[in-house]
Amino acid sequence: MTDTLVPPAGPAPSRGRPSGRVKASSGRFPLTASSGIGLGVALVWFSVLVLIPLAAVIGAAAAGGWGAFWDTLTDAQTFAALRLTVVEALLVTLANAVIGTIVAWVLVRDQFFGKRLLDVVIDIPFALPTIVAGLILLSLWGPDSPVGVNIVNTRQGIFLALLFVTLPFVVRTVQPVLIELDADVEEAAASLGASRFTTFRRIILPSLVPAIAAGSSLGFARAISEFGSLVLISGNTPYETEVASLKILKFLEGDNQDGAAAVAVLLLIVAVLTIVALDVISRRVARRG
Amino acid sequence: MADTREIRARKGPVTYLLRIFVITYLAVLVIWPLYEVGKQTFAPTKEGAEGGISAFLERLSDPSVSYAFNLTGTVAFWAVLINTLFGVGISLLIVRYQFPGRRILSVLVDLPMSVSPVVVGLALVLAYSTGKGWFGEALEGVGIFIIGTTPGLIMATAFVSLPLVIREIVPVLEEIGTDAEMAASSLGASGWQTFRRITLPSIKWAVIYGVVLSMARSLGEFGAVKIVSPGAELRGETATLLIQNRYTNYEEPTAYAAAFVLVLASVLALVVVSLIRKEDHS
Repeated sequence: MTDTLVPPAGPAPSRGRPSGRVKASSGRFPLTASSGIGLGVALVWFSVLVLIPLAAVIGAAAAGGWGAFWDTLTDAQTFAALRLTVVEALLVTLANAVIGTIVAWVLVRDQFFGKRLLDVVIDIPFALPTIVAGLILLSLWGPDSPVGVNIVNTRQGIFLALLFVTLPFVVRTVQPVLIELDADVEEAAASLGASRFTTFRRIILPSLVPAIAAGSSLGFARAISEFGSLVLISGNTPYETEVASLKILKFLEGDNQDGAAAVAVLLLIVAVLTIVALDVISRRVARRG
Repeated sequence: MADTREIRARKGPVTYLLRIFVITYLAVLVIWPLYEVGKQTFAPTKEGAEGGISAFLERLSDPSVSYAFNLTGTVAFWAVLINTLFGVGISLLIVRYQFPGRRILSVLVDLPMSVSPVVVGLALVLAYSTGKGWFGEALEGVGIFIIGTTPGLIMATAFVSLPLVIREIVPVLEEIGTDAEMAASSLGASGWQTFRRITLPSIKWAVIYGVVLSMARSLGEFGAVKIVSPGAELRGETATLLIQNRYTNYEEPTAYAAAFVLVLASVLALVVVSLIRKEDHS
């Protein structure tokens, strides 16, 4: 099952970029009067909805100049929140790169009863609303935990929530590559006496690396900006369990828009860098393929 | 090739080890917590009372709960409608027409998915809220209030799910090319006729797919909505906000029951999506 709610690896699928497929024809028309009006209406709406508000964030962050921006981010409490966010996101990304690859491997190569069900389970964390994801984890690991473990207001809790919401990324990017993988090379390696592990390490893993990298960067970006699933779990204690997105909320509630905007700009930069990284990865893969 | 299949199918201890690991991992991370939520949802409301469906319905009988689901439905409806019209239009423009800034636009429309929901909420506040936003005063002057009202909720929801429809339609439009459309117009079809008779049928499944994805996303949006909504009971409290408020208010049973409804909606979306993919491929 490859249908999924997870966005495909890489930014938009081959938008205007030359793809391997031969197109029926790719003529583009100059704008006519009616399509010009359509474009105008679309651009106005897009600006009102997306561009102007995002510009307002950058404007607010820049309002106090570079010094104020820098002071906000290096303030001990804010900096602790940013560091925690990055460290947790990196740990989760690392865990996902390994576990996600294993999950994808088992789902593609192994055959057992209930495999189709597990394949559906992978999509659930992405399909669920984030607040529901947090609540679901609390039903097992919360104050009324049937196993007696309470993760509320702990860093382990943040780790677990991030692990939950980023589960599909690496799995869903690696899976199709693993399915498409040419059997010949594996066969050759095995017939030349390579052990299964050597075959995996020297033959299979290298061709999975771009997919793992793409899935990991999607997961990292998601983990950095995650909010909903952490609201109930992270106790929001300064220096201990406060993450960047919750810090934005706290700034906003404390009527400090410029502080909120400064942290938000940092998250925006990470988002843009991720898009660029994914674009580079997908171009490289396209060139090699 | 038989050899390879044999090599790939050979099962050693590692195979079983990995299999057990994956099953345990997914069970502990996803399945068991889901089961606990189901259990809480259908548990008897009080000692000695009956559990099951009646208990579940009793938890949702509160007027503030029906208000929340009503609001969520309304907001999701408008957000999806706007995104679908905008998505079909902008996809056609990007794929079929040549104009300056086309490439930049095609990258920009993908941006909203990568922006943190909290940042989306903040952005709308900084642009349109009265007192804090760039255009707050001007809008107040003409009697328009966006932040804290339903239009604000719709905008926040439309923002986060904006690229979903476009992402589905663009690749299909690129693949089908323009031959049939050109043939239609050379036979005298008007632009609208060509779109309705030729283009629309071929992107039909992509549009439906995008709509289902947008719907699922819109029903469950939390972060952006949290910031632009007053979020008080019966006043801008959507289903997701209700879940948070009830949980933090020690009314866990209601929170779990409302969450269960959203879980059902998500699972339904997953099922529909997989059915559409099958239909599309056949």
